[in-house]
Amino acid sequence: MKAPRLPRLPAIKPPPLPGPPPGPFRPRFWRSPLRGPWLTSVLGSILLVMIAVVAVTGLISHSAYQPDVVKGYNAIVGPRGDIGPLISLPSDAPSWAYALSQGAHVTIGLIAIPVLLAKLWSVIPRLFAWPPVGKPAQSIERLAILLLVGSGLFEFVTGVLNIQVFYPWHFLFVRAHYYGAWIFISALALHVCVKFPTVVRAYRDQGVLRPLKADLANTKPEPFRPGGLVSPSPATPTISRRGLLGLVGAGSLALLIANLGESVGGPLRRIALLAPRGRVWGTGPNDFQVNKAADSVKVTALASDPRWRLTVAGARTVSLSRPQLMAMTQHTYELPIACVEGWSTTQHWTGVRLRDLAALVGASPDAFLEVHSIQPKGPYRHTAYPASQVRDDRSLLALCVNGVDLSLDHGYPARIIIPALPGVHCTKWLGSMQFVEA
Amino acid sequence: MAGFRRMYGSNPLHLLAHAGVFFIAGWAINQILRAGFVINWIAWFLGAALLHDLVLLPLYSLLDRGLMITTGARREPPPVADSAARARPRAINHLRVPAVVSAILLLVYFPLILGYSSHNYRFDTGHALAGYTRNWLLICAGLFLFSALVYTVRVIRSRPRAVPAADEQPSD
Repeated sequence: MKAPRLPRLPAIKPPPLPGPPPGPFRPRFWRSPLRGPWLTSVLGSILLVMIAVVAVTGLISHSAYQPDVVKGYNAIVGPRGDIGPLISLPSDAPSWAYALSQGAHVTIGLIAIPVLLAKLWSVIPRLFAWPPVGKPAQSIERLAILLLVGSGLFEFVTGVLNIQVFYPWHFLFVRAHYYGAWIFISALALHVCVKFPTVVRAYRDQGVLRPLKADLANTKPEPFRPGGLVSPSPATPTISRRGLLGLVGAGSLALLIANLGESVGGPLRRIALLAPRGRVWGTGPNDFQVNKAADSVKVTALASDPRWRLTVAGARTVSLSRPQLMAMTQHTYELPIACVEGWSTTQHWTGVRLRDLAALVGASPDAFLEVHSIQPKGPYRHTAYPASQVRDDRSLLALCVNGVDLSLDHGYPARIIIPALPGVHCTKWLGSMQFVEA
Repeated sequence: MAGFRRMYGSNPLHLLAHAGVFFIAGWAINQILRAGFVINWIAWFLGAALLHDLVLLPLYSLLDRGLMITTGARREPPPVADSAARARPRAINHLRVPAVVSAILLLVYFPLILGYSSHNYRFDTGHALAGYTRNWLLICAGLFLFSALVYTVRVIRSRPRAVPAADEQPSD
């Protein structure tokens, strides 16, 4: 028997989507006549170059800490689960290589901030795009943008506060900044791929530099496209595009002048009015910048004790007083201390070559070195150096600086100084050294 | 393929690339969170974006809107394109430039300028944190003064010459 034919239901039309709520969700809310794909492309291109430098120098700094040298001594981001160092300075790099790299990391990171702010301003209407979720592709693209903006701002904020020794958070800066960088780099690489056609089209339509020729009177909105960045009801411009880019440039220039002196030194240090380590303490031989003063790590009494001895261990172990160390062959090199915070200072260091100490205790040239500070607290009390650095002529156990004894703040009675090494690894107030055969 | 495109909204490579990034991000987040402080880290990650997008950007946009109203920038007739006459300079950008530069310096260096770094700074370096507030105020004053000076010069130069045509009349 044939089933009775069911009456065909009338097709249900989906209810029309409600329009965007008032306010920033409506395209007409955004009135700037300058927003458009060309402006965003220019800001994005400049920012990309800067961030590429910051990323490469950041990875160089990560490997300059030599996290893979023995026992995880140097693995400050946590020994487990990290990928190996990717980009390293060559082992015969000039002594200023780390100072240059890290100075670039901090300085270019700082001067990128106005560009970043302008870039985010130029795309802010997209945050309020309506409807907020559409096809899956659109939704996961928005999630990727959240990762990009979140990690980008996180990297800049944590970096900027770190160079000013202000830590209003509970997590470990180094670890969060390093792994945050991986989120930022990967999300940015994807963003560049996704937006590449848009950028190419904007440059082809508008010319790469042509919009810069327009003064205020000739500043016109870019061609309107529904759903794009150009306002459907642009206001009269009050600044030209080149004026806006000039404004961004002025912000970057101010940051450059305010900070560069702490990395470059010389007369620039005098005009580095806001650099965290730009101040000049005096003209004495020990008056250059200190990262951690002796008092701050409670080492003053221990380091000024005349009974201090340096234990050097290898095939045999010796214990050396400061006069005994001073009696060994002394070498002087002009080497920088370069802090991960971006500042650096170059001084004349005098002391005993590390490889002479290795020979003294019968260690082979392939031995790596572990050192321990007598400082009772604080990170970086223990550090390890690969054999290549121990063998370098310029790697010293420094006893004097600029012709006088080290001051307590600079590591008296003895400290390590090694070319192109992050400053915190030039361990101060040394207590023992151990050459370990690989 | 067309079906995937219709359902998903883009090509499979788009999905694959995004999945790759989410994988790397997941690994990195896991590495950070291993050290604990999960809520604190998430608060900073999302907080930075929310603070920028919903507080900082609206705030400076409103300030700029206020500046445009007080200087009457939007009411001024748009300058005539390609006119040979020297346009009268506008006050607004002579306020915007020093204001933006001062604000950026404050935004970046506020821990030093407002003294949030003072405890750690004294602890680490052995020196008191001093002079940053004064330096920032001096820079601000210098920027605004310099901008005012440039504005004055531009206004004077844009004035129509007081001795036009009359001079060119042949004297009787």
